[in-house]
Amino acid sequence: MVGVHGFNGYVCPDRNAVDMAKLDKHFFDIGYMDTLSAQQTPIHQLDPRAKLITSLVFITTVISFGKYEISALIPYFVYPVFLGAMGNIPPVYLLKKLLLVSPFAVMIGIFNPLIDRDILISLGGIGISGGWVSFVSVLIRFTLTVGAALTLIAVTGFNAVCMALDKLGTPRVFVVQLIFLYRYVFVLVGEAARMVRARSLRTFEGGGSGIKTYGPLVGHLLLRTMDRAQRIYMAMCCRGFDGEIRILKPLRFGPREIGFTVGWSALFILMRIYNVPALMGSVIVGFIK
Amino acid sequence: MADALISPAVGGTMWAASAGLIGYCSKKVKDDMDDVTIPLMGVVGAFIFAAQMINFTIPGTGSSGHLGGGMILAILLGPYAGFLTMASVLVVQSLFFADGGLMALGCNIFNLGFFPCFIAYPFIFKYVVGTTLSEKRLFAAAIFSAIVGLQLGAFSVVLQTVFSGVTELPFDTFVLLMQPIHLAIGIVEGLATSAVVLFVWKARPEIINAVSTPAPVGNLSMRKVFIGFLAAAVVTGGVLSWFASSNPDGLEWSIFKTAGTDELGSSHKGVHTDLSNAQEKIALLPDYGFKSSNTELPAEAPISESVVDTGKTVSGLVGGALTLLLAGLLGFALKRRKKK
Repeated sequence: MVGVHGFNGYVCPDRNAVDMAKLDKHFFDIGYMDTLSAQQTPIHQLDPRAKLITSLVFITTVISFGKYEISALIPYFVYPVFLGAMGNIPPVYLLKKLLLVSPFAVMIGIFNPLIDRDILISLGGIGISGGWVSFVSVLIRFTLTVGAALTLIAVTGFNAVCMALDKLGTPRVFVVQLIFLYRYVFVLVGEAARMVRARSLRTFEGGGSGIKTYGPLVGHLLLRTMDRAQRIYMAMCCRGFDGEIRILKPLRFGPREIGFTVGWSALFILMRIYNVPALMGSVIVGFIK
Repeated sequence: MADALISPAVGGTMWAASAGLIGYCSKKVKDDMDDVTIPLMGVVGAFIFAAQMINFTIPGTGSSGHLGGGMILAILLGPYAGFLTMASVLVVQSLFFADGGLMALGCNIFNLGFFPCFIAYPFIFKYVVGTTLSEKRLFAAAIFSAIVGLQLGAFSVVLQTVFSGVTELPFDTFVLLMQPIHLAIGIVEGLATSAVVLFVWKARPEIINAVSTPAPVGNLSMRKVFIGFLAAAVVTGGVLSWFASSNPDGLEWSIFKTAGTDELGSSHKGVHTDLSNAQEKIALLPDYGFKSSNTELPAEAPISESVVDTGKTVSGLVGGALTLLLAGLLGFALKRRKKK
């Protein structure tokens, strides 16, 4: 039987096999982000609050630009590039992740060139419509904001972000929820991956992937999940859980953190007020003249 | 929703709304629930992630679907804990998979958490399920609530995008794009939710019973509230579409504009007529307000002096009407059930 399935799999690419490969990759991916965040670089050692606040200022300034803005957005790449370089994050990996999630922004943004056809810029006789300009602007915004969020988590780590949230006044119940969720994602995703693999290995050409199998499959996973919650709760009680959650917080917001946050935020605001590439361009043009 | 498409004002407002809801729900969960809820919420949140990796093929099509989350969380945990869990799932998704982004997180939590947990669950799921559980009722309740939850969420995405003004998509086009897509997604989501809920109910009925026993929300008044909410959405949709864009109906306008200038040769004209023909075939509402007067207008003239544009209003209403149709179907189903 195994041989037959293997043969089948080679002749026509089985959807289940593709599913399996994708699944494993997805699972591996969360773990990889975690590995990246466990490094020891000056950026990783900064207090997570500094990185969180700075990233939020970054995203707010980026999205506050007008919709036809392109040139003034370019200097903002300095922040994610700086974080990534200092934090030893592989750029190719980040770019791949960006491409993976780009379809939504591209899909909505692509309507701009179709709808807004007023000529905005003329470059050597070729008119470029406002729609194309704003579409490019949407793509740049997307790269900047998503890139910043991904680098933030890669140089900080999820638990540290949760602690920063806790220190910044997020309700404790929600912070604990985030920490719990993150801890058990690895366990349950592994379980789901094994279930899908088991299903693929026992079926042919997409059989058994209908809703009739789906209900019991996911239902069983859910029942096991709820039993697990019960066991976790009992284990917590055994260790003295009394309904109050305590988090150990060895965070310190020192001069380095203040410097990081204030310095970058000031730069973002300055770049918001002055269009750096335009200034540079006019200086160069003036110099040539 | 994505960061690239929203303005700080919209993003900030939705952040505030979602943060307020998280604060409120956290307080509720802390005060009302017993200790066991805390690990349960965490692990069930992780379950949503895991369940999203298990696909099923959609009958009749080649594609496959999976569980989204909001509705099943509300059914299993109740609205408050369900909302918190959905919010936590979205936080992790935005950070690790870059779904949406940090600024749009407020929008996403509101669209995918608030509507299933606080509208679809109490007003539709609980109402359809009633006091005595049965397989049929659970099935219908899961399907209807998932559809309505996603329709409202999609409509909310449209409003947030239009208010942000980063894209050129006019309100009506976007509504016509989003609502039908999310009708399909809602049906798939409903099927997945009902399959899981029914299985759990058969295997361990106490889990489903435990959540749905607290007295169902008062029947008639809640339906009125819900229909009132929809009516408000439709009215806002209809009115807002007048103001959605100062240069309305971009595609047709630009086609006319290019066709109206003298410099263009006849070869271009073919393309334009083809385009507008194609558009008429594609569009559900080809009868736009100012179309008939196109040929007389000079290229640079303002399109319409008045903001109120009947064609736009009509198409703007369609999005709301789709949702209203669902509500009507729901009311019909409810009435039939009552008579029995």
